[in-house]
Amino acid sequence: MTDATPSSLHTVGPRPRRRTWAVVGEKALEAVIRASGVSAIFFVLAIFFFVFREAAPFLFSDEFKPFEFLFSTQWYPTSDINVRYGTWALTVGSISVTALAMVLAVPFGLGAAIYISEFSGRRQRETLKITIELLAAIPSVVWGFVGLTVMSKIIVALTGAPVGVNLLNGGVILALMSVPIIVSIGEDALKAVPDSYREAAQALGATRWQIVYRVLLPAAKNGLLAAVLLGVGRAVGETMAVLMATGHAVNLPHSVLDSVRTLTANIAAELGEAPAGSPHYRALFLTGVLLFCITFAVNVTADLAIRGRRRL
Amino acid sequence: MATVAPPAARFAKTALAVRKKRAETIAKWVFFAMAAAMIVPLLAIIAYLLYRAAPSLDWGFLVDMPRKGMREGGIWPAFAGTLYLVVISLAVAAPIGVLAAIYLNEYARDNWFNRLINLAVINLAGVPSIVHALFGLGAFVYAAKLGYSILAASLTLAIMTLPVIIASTREALASVPMAFREACWNVGATRWQTIRSVVLPNSISGILTGVILQVSRAAGETAPIMFTGAVFFKAIRPGTLFPYHLNDQCMALSMHLYTVSTQVPNVKDSIPYATAVVLLATVLLVNVSAIGLRVWLRARKRW
Repeated sequence: MTDATPSSLHTVGPRPRRRTWAVVGEKALEAVIRASGVSAIFFVLAIFFFVFREAAPFLFSDEFKPFEFLFSTQWYPTSDINVRYGTWALTVGSISVTALAMVLAVPFGLGAAIYISEFSGRRQRETLKITIELLAAIPSVVWGFVGLTVMSKIIVALTGAPVGVNLLNGGVILALMSVPIIVSIGEDALKAVPDSYREAAQALGATRWQIVYRVLLPAAKNGLLAAVLLGVGRAVGETMAVLMATGHAVNLPHSVLDSVRTLTANIAAELGEAPAGSPHYRALFLTGVLLFCITFAVNVTADLAIRGRRRL
Repeated sequence: MATVAPPAARFAKTALAVRKKRAETIAKWVFFAMAAAMIVPLLAIIAYLLYRAAPSLDWGFLVDMPRKGMREGGIWPAFAGTLYLVVISLAVAAPIGVLAAIYLNEYARDNWFNRLINLAVINLAGVPSIVHALFGLGAFVYAAKLGYSILAASLTLAIMTLPVIIASTREALASVPMAFREACWNVGATRWQTIRSVVLPNSISGILTGVILQVSRAAGETAPIMFTGAVFFKAIRPGTLFPYHLNDQCMALSMHLYTVSTQVPNVKDSIPYATAVVLLATVLLVNVSAIGLRVWLRARKRW
């Protein structure tokens, strides 16, 4: 709309103008808002940059052998004669704890999501959702403490294992920690299925259970996949709980009662003792880069899965 | 009953209907058991921790200094440290997070660049806490030369908890109906005037909920502050209101729980439990208040 527009209905007076400072101030504020929006990208890049920067000198030193770093089980960073930086045992530790946690958390998480979304009444749903929210709020160090004190005793009593802090303990604790995220994302996914699907199935005489496994699960599978992936991301990245609950021995586990150490717990345990700038310190940052890349891949995949659902 | 009235037989259940009904009941109870399986551990954990912590839990525990190498006494320095970390990280994360959410919900068009921002937010939430710790160590402690300090730890926490604020603020903003904005634009308001006078007043409680959740998250985190500013033990002057300086190292509740449960031998039995209870109570109370705010808000929502 310009001032020059002729008007036959009324005479065009001078347009009311806002004060200059108000206009400039608004522009400035909008610039700040934009900058804050972009800051998320900036922070992610900064995280990668600064972690990689500390790791880089190690990457280009003689001590770094890519194959050994990824696939050797020998992690002797402080040895005097035989220094080895092999993270395979730690990777296997992370994978096995996460896998065990998912074996427990996925059925329970998705089952609970289905119950909340399809079977429960309003009051029950509210109660369950609040419980899940509170479960998600428990700090990881408290979970670790529960693993260390309560869960380890239960495991020793039930299995007769010599020590209670092991793969099983870490898996159970991590399962409890990742269930809330699986439930809430899974419930969102089920809720996103249009009600007309449910009504159509009901009109054909399907029971709720038949609707769930014939209609909802296929229709919401991408969202449910995303829920599982975000649970995996949470479990892989968890630090304090596994540090305290898995028993802390660098070895390849042969049973669920063996102690393991994960990539995350290893950093938390050793960073304090590694002198800044030493190869050990830089190797720990490199495992940080590795972790960043793993969780990045998991999260991007989850996001793609959710986006696929939205296109539905 | 089928023996007397033949017409009723027409309405008797067929074998298929009985099977369907049975499958339905089984499914319902199985799923219910799975959902209930989450309530049981929550209650059991809280009850057990309370039971074991009972001998140490009193007001003195909260406001006393640790004594005899943290084997006895209270947790005041840790509690104060957590307050510092939470307040400073909140002061940094809340403005950036709320403004970022305003950008994403009110300004951003659906193009590749803004999808990239979304992806960045999701990833920021997904980065493991220990990687945040490495970042804080590399960026704030060394590169920015803040040293091991409350400031470095708070900034690390702020970046880590940013996605919490962004996500819940966005949700609050998105729940304001589009018609409100359109009405405001139609009377000639600019984008920012609309946000300030219509969108923000209608979503402020939701935004507050997000900020409260950030507090709970920041109070509970351990790994990010472990290498950037939190220490096992720091003596502070009793009775002072502001015991720490910004460039001091500090104790923190979460860190203290880790310390007394794994690093210190022969701690009085109930002290780790009492520390866990204080930490858990702090975090859960904060969360319950967020939930309460949300329920209250929904009750008086006018659209």
